[in-house]
Amino acid sequence: MFQSLGRYIFLLRLSFKKPEKFSVYWNEVMREMVSVGIGSLGIISIISVFIGAATTIQVAFQLSSPLVPRSIAGSISRDSNILEFSPTISSLVLAGRVGSNFASNIGTMRVTEQIDALEIMGVNAPGYLISPKIIASITMIPMLVIISICLGITGGYIACIITGDITPADYLMGVNEGFDGLTVRVALVKAFVFGFIIASICSYQGFYTKGGALEVGQSATAGVVYSCVWILFADLMITSLML
Amino acid sequence: MIEIKDIYKTFGDNEVLKGITATFQTGKNNLIIGGSGSGKTTLLKCIVGLHEPTKGQVFFEDQNFTDMDFTERVPIRTQIGMLFQNSALFDSMTVEENIMFPLNLFTTQSKAEKQERANFCLERVNLKDKNKLYPAELSGGMKKRVGIARALSMQPKFLFVDEPNSGLDPKTSILIDDLINELTAEYEMTTVIVTHDMNSVMGIGDNIIFLHQGQKWWEGSNKDIAHSDNKELNDFVFASKFMQAAKEKL
Repeated sequence: MFQSLGRYIFLLRLSFKKPEKFSVYWNEVMREMVSVGIGSLGIISIISVFIGAATTIQVAFQLSSPLVPRSIAGSISRDSNILEFSPTISSLVLAGRVGSNFASNIGTMRVTEQIDALEIMGVNAPGYLISPKIIASITMIPMLVIISICLGITGGYIACIITGDITPADYLMGVNEGFDGLTVRVALVKAFVFGFIIASICSYQGFYTKGGALEVGQSATAGVVYSCVWILFADLMITSLML
Repeated sequence: MIEIKDIYKTFGDNEVLKGITATFQTGKNNLIIGGSGSGKTTLLKCIVGLHEPTKGQVFFEDQNFTDMDFTERVPIRTQIGMLFQNSALFDSMTVEENIMFPLNLFTTQSKAEKQERANFCLERVNLKDKNKLYPAELSGGMKKRVGIARALSMQPKFLFVDEPNSGLDPKTSILIDDLINELTAEYEMTTVIVTHDMNSVMGIGDNIIFLHQGQKWWEGSNKDIAHSDNKELNDFVFASKFMQAAKEKL
């Protein structure tokens, strides 16, 4: 375990060495940003709307007492989306979509000697391959989380219209009541940290792939599994430290 | 000229290379041959710095490459071109982008100049008008030629080639060998080729090193092979009936 941790830290240190040429790295960062951000928008939108809708229906069901104002469901649904569902569930999904892509991409380059080709040319391979992925993830995943929060709340509103469990007016009143900006800050810190975890762990798994196609698949799986575990651990740590 | 002195390489308990010393001459095709597991590719990787030798040193024109760190090696690496066994072209880039990649990173040339260089390299390997294709759209022989074009893009002094004929039909193999031979002479490069293809050995082997069990077993030219009394070399080179018949005619 300590050997893996050492290799991981060493790889990160190499990843942030001075680039050979800034413009070439910048192009890579832009390409990765498009891949992570635009490429994940569809799946994030779908899960956010459905999770937002389901959360609202479940909260409305649990708060069926006439003593509790119906608008509370809107507040609970909002805070659940901001604090947990949008950053954490989105990041777990992104670990599958983006992380496995990073690990298999770098792993394939390793087993087909493309990384050796970079090193022969004098290119710092970890810097060229990993730093753009980390930069793209820590910038685009927070943006995706903001979109996810908006769509989650919208999903709750749609659920109110369709099911009629609470009126849309009550829901909107609840969404606007007692909003605390800290929750959004917590969500963004989580998204930033989760982005770093996904990109760095999956890239690490891909970079040290040995063997062939089978091992590339195993690296991608390991990257996703470790990322998910570390996302959940970091989620607990950030939540307990910030709230 | 490249000199290697007393190179040892160990992986765990397995000693793959055992004290190899050799000189690779400029303007010549220097072949490293040997059976599977004899340490050919490991030696090549030790020379280019993909593996660090356990012991011994590599000199590129009297500069001690082994003792340099990554940054110090960059000026030498920009003078190295390498053709990998599976070409190792970057899948996400077109043929032209592959060739321009080292130019983008290590030169200050304009886009037009880089494009001109890429076109020249492609023309030199007889692949004109293939600029916009992706590696997945190329045949094995074409990939090798693009690999050579990419290796040539920085006008290297040293060319390393790992199994240039693997997976190619005999006719294409000869074309690739001839191309490497021509380019070596034309650009006065120090070319080091790892192969176990006997056509290459007999065709372009100016200087041949035969590895056996991790040691340099024999050294000479393709003309010396037929008259060698080295048993292991003869067993390796003349293993096939075709090569035995060819030897008898010599």
